[in-house]
Amino acid sequence: MEAITNFLVSFPTEFPVLWILVRIVVIVLPLMLAVAYFTYAERKIIGYMQVRLGPNRVGPKGWLQPIADAVKLMFKEIIIPTGVNKFLFVLAPMLALGPALAAWAVLPFDDGMVLTDINAGLLYILALTSVGVYGVIIAGWVSNSKYAFLGAIRSAAQIVSYEIAMGFALVGVLVAAGSLNLSDIVHAQEGGLLHWFWLPLLPLFVIYFISGVAETNRAPFDVAEGESEIVAGFHVEYSGMTFAVFFLAEYANMILISALTALMFLGGWLSPFQGTFMESWFAWVPGIIWFFLKVLIFGFLFLWFRATFPRYRYDQIMRLGWKVFIPITIVWILVVAVAVVYKFPIWFD
Amino acid sequence: MNTLVNYVRSLFLVELFRGMGVTGRYLFRSKFTLEYPEERAPQSPRFRGLHAQRRYPNGEERCIACKLCEATCPALAITIEAAPREDGQRRTTRYDIDLFKCIFCGFCEESCPVDAIVESRIYEYHFENREDAVMTKSKLLELGEKYEEQLAADRAVQAAYR
Amino acid sequence: MTFEKFLFYFFAAMVIFAGLMLITRRNPVHSALFLVLAFFNAAGLWMLMEAEFLAIALVLVYVGAVMVLFLFVVMMLDINVAEMKPGCFIKYLPVGILIALTMVVEMVMVVGPKHFGLDIYASPVPHAPGYSNTDELGSMLYTTYMYPFEIAAVILLVAIVAAIGLTLRRRPETKYQNPSKQVLVKRDDRLRVVKMPSESKMELK
Repeated sequence: MEAITNFLVSFPTEFPVLWILVRIVVIVLPLMLAVAYFTYAERKIIGYMQVRLGPNRVGPKGWLQPIADAVKLMFKEIIIPTGVNKFLFVLAPMLALGPALAAWAVLPFDDGMVLTDINAGLLYILALTSVGVYGVIIAGWVSNSKYAFLGAIRSAAQIVSYEIAMGFALVGVLVAAGSLNLSDIVHAQEGGLLHWFWLPLLPLFVIYFISGVAETNRAPFDVAEGESEIVAGFHVEYSGMTFAVFFLAEYANMILISALTALMFLGGWLSPFQGTFMESWFAWVPGIIWFFLKVLIFGFLFLWFRATFPRYRYDQIMRLGWKVFIPITIVWILVVAVAVVYKFPIWFD
Repeated sequence: MNTLVNYVRSLFLVELFRGMGVTGRYLFRSKFTLEYPEERAPQSPRFRGLHAQRRYPNGEERCIACKLCEATCPALAITIEAAPREDGQRRTTRYDIDLFKCIFCGFCEESCPVDAIVESRIYEYHFENREDAVMTKSKLLELGEKYEEQLAADRAVQAAYR
Repeated sequence: MTFEKFLFYFFAAMVIFAGLMLITRRNPVHSALFLVLAFFNAAGLWMLMEAEFLAIALVLVYVGAVMVLFLFVVMMLDINVAEMKPGCFIKYLPVGILIALTMVVEMVMVVGPKHFGLDIYASPVPHAPGYSNTDELGSMLYTTYMYPFEIAAVILLVAIVAAIGLTLRRRPETKYQNPSKQVLVKRDDRLRVVKMPSESKMELK
């Protein structure tokens, strides 16, 4: 017995590489499960909003539906169109999924509960989300299909445009927090609901989340898929597991954006009752629960948007990104900078 | 002034929040979904399902091979061959309905002067071979015998409107 | 060989490999993708030199934005791949080698061991893990190098304005939609209800 506990205690220092691998698995496995049940939640919630029931046949209340879907996709044939570059064709879905998973390396789930606590965390995330577009572009180009190509072109232009608004929103956050480290950003929001950055950075918060929706190619910005115009956009030619990986990447990205918004604008793992008389009542709730609840809010918003808004026309997407979001973010960065310099009370003193 | 109001409204996403309010309300509405194998929608007596051929109460088949149904069928799904029976009466020797062609319009039933060909209420069926999709005379008559009670009742209800 | 050294040689080899592939591929999209690979490995090299801000900025700016736009253009170019015979490559090879040699000589003269050798600069001491060179870079840029930084920014702005100015033209023949006008349209703007006396048989006669 003692040998086992000794082994477990000394494990992190004895085998540092293995210990990192274990921690990666501990993050990625629940994430994959979350992605699977996010698809279920999406079908169920959108179903409910359209006054129908959604999947309810596989297992009790349809809880086994995502597993059935996964099994189906795994056993389907991967069709590789003639005359495509096989290497790039298979690489593309991995390039889409890779950054979505890699970004979780710097996300703190609770105080100190983070895989790598690097200083340039925010930059790292910004870089990774911008790399995710390569999967889409390569998939669209390598498929040798008009629809796929149109989808890739659209998504490339869209992601590059919204990247800028997103980056500026993050600049606002880092000006307010004075750090690029995500844990420090959360610590800078300490002090209860009104101290979180969503209030002083309200325009940036809204713009960041909307840009996040655009960045993940979700409705109402899903012109890259555009079922009614270009069939399925960049992944028309993909089937079976290669398609499933694109699917995973999309949902992993959605969860990532939700988690980032929760960390940067809703105080991550901080309790909403901090600083009020109710603080002691909820002291027993671990921070990770608060964090997950906040992520759930944004995850739900993604689905709510999809159930509510019709798809934007392409020129309107570009207009919104360049002519509305970027000017507003630039103005608000200035406002935040002035507030920080003059130590505006309750947030920046 | 009006432009300013509109500008502010669009900046604060008023319309979008209203839209989300609508879908948010519908999230809690009771659902319209009919859970099919357990629950079924009510059927009209005019329901047009699988075809059947009826007989008179004395067991004589109604069809007299007038070929009106064949002539009226818009999908050309009906094929009839006729010949005199041993007792000299005109009867069909072949009466096929190709269900792949049939569009279930009910014209055959309407055109029939003796109410021989009818469309029953059966809508749950499948084929495992292509030839199963052709309803032959024997199959039609068999169905007619099996569901005669229901068929007769439905025709009786509808009699006033025909 | 330490792990760090191994990483250095790995990244360096990958940069060279990607560079070679970049200039020998016939398909321009493949070339662009190899350039992306080269950027990634260059970022890895910078990371080894503890320049994490620059490394991430390289990925963010060059891989995430510049190369995407580059691919965007290259993908839409209708280049006949079969026409680009290897003959082209050999035709320009002498000039290419000449330029490459000139570059190498210049590089050696400027950053060679005579100026940057280990006997002149001691090998840098690794910083503690908590050291943030983003802060350092920021304070350097906004104090010591304030003027060059601002001038560079202004030059970029001028370049943007010039590019837009050169390409911007009003085309009266194209029809535009104004979405906000479309949204704000009222019934009264489009529809006119006309009151007319109803016709009677007497008048028809």
